[in-house]
Amino acid sequence: MRPEEGTLISRAQAIATLLEFLTDQPVVICNGFPSREAHKIADRPTHFYMIGSMGNAAAIALGVALARPNKQVVTFDGDGNVLMGMGTLATVGALRPKNFVHVVFDNEVYGTTGNQPTISNVVPLDKVAKSAGYVNVERVLDRDDLVYEFKDMLKKDGPSFLLIKINEFAEDAGPVVHDPPVITQRFMKAIAG
Amino acid sequence: MIDSDVFVQALQDVGVNFFTGVPDSILGGVIAELMIRGVYIPAVREDEAVGMAAGAYMAGKVPAVLMQNSGLGTCLNTLMSLNLIYRQPCLLIVSWRGQGGSDAPEHRVMGEVMPQLLDTVRIPHRTLTEKTAVEDVRWVADTLRKTQVPVVLILTKGVVKGLQP
Repeated sequence: MRPEEGTLISRAQAIATLLEFLTDQPVVICNGFPSREAHKIADRPTHFYMIGSMGNAAAIALGVALARPNKQVVTFDGDGNVLMGMGTLATVGALRPKNFVHVVFDNEVYGTTGNQPTISNVVPLDKVAKSAGYVNVERVLDRDDLVYEFKDMLKKDGPSFLLIKINEFAEDAGPVVHDPPVITQRFMKAIAG
Repeated sequence: MIDSDVFVQALQDVGVNFFTGVPDSILGGVIAELMIRGVYIPAVREDEAVGMAAGAYMAGKVPAVLMQNSGLGTCLNTLMSLNLIYRQPCLLIVSWRGQGGSDAPEHRVMGEVMPQLLDTVRIPHRTLTEKTAVEDVRWVADTLRKTQVPVVLILTKGVVKGLQP
């Protein structure tokens, strides 16, 4: 099913749902609309908002996860970002960090730059993650399945990969208001200890 | 020539405790020593390594990334749009391929421009020598702490012992 067929949830709806189940976990959020929307929905100090370095969300989250093996680490990623840093799926699959939860919003477009198509409509990223060695891999198309699978993944040893097919709708969300050094400092403080 | 284990120990002594990177022949001995010590996490691209180091830094580590200077080109955007603007320090141990034009053709351009490239993007750098090694490592540690940005320690061929002594 193509995202524009209209039955899928939006990324903002998905983010709001995911955040209901997260408490003190560090969340690394990729650049573009995912960071803007997460910031608008719930601005938590445990959020690391990327504004550049596209393709590196999973790498940054992996660094946190390896440095803090007893803390569950989540990343909110996009299909364009995953395709750009696809090698990191292999690194995660090889290292197999149990505390790593990789959520990918897949709308099959580069939404922030004007909905130019990605290639995730023909390259199933969940299958790539499975082949790379992620332990739990799920693809969901609606909110009920999203809730069920995400709650389940938070209870399991990872690495886990949750691909959420979303529509192309983007919230009217402005840029993240914090200066980047402030984002670094408050994230460090929030995940310390 | 500096022994790889002495070099790695010096880095650990100044607090570096997270090592990742992509290999180069000049770095072979250092990476082998890091693997013996069980502290090396291999990355598949230099921008990924820099991203992992940034995450590790925010989780309380003092990270180092090893790479060939060709990898500087690969990770330049991450250094500029992540480390430099978010103030995330990281030690970059970069081998100087193409130094003086005497290397394979793919290394000629980067080998020639690397110091100017680093100056242009305002990343502090220093070239390790056997004579100044203690001071060089101390400079790295101090500069990381003071500037809160990536710092490059350049390794030329033969300064630190490689895989074949």
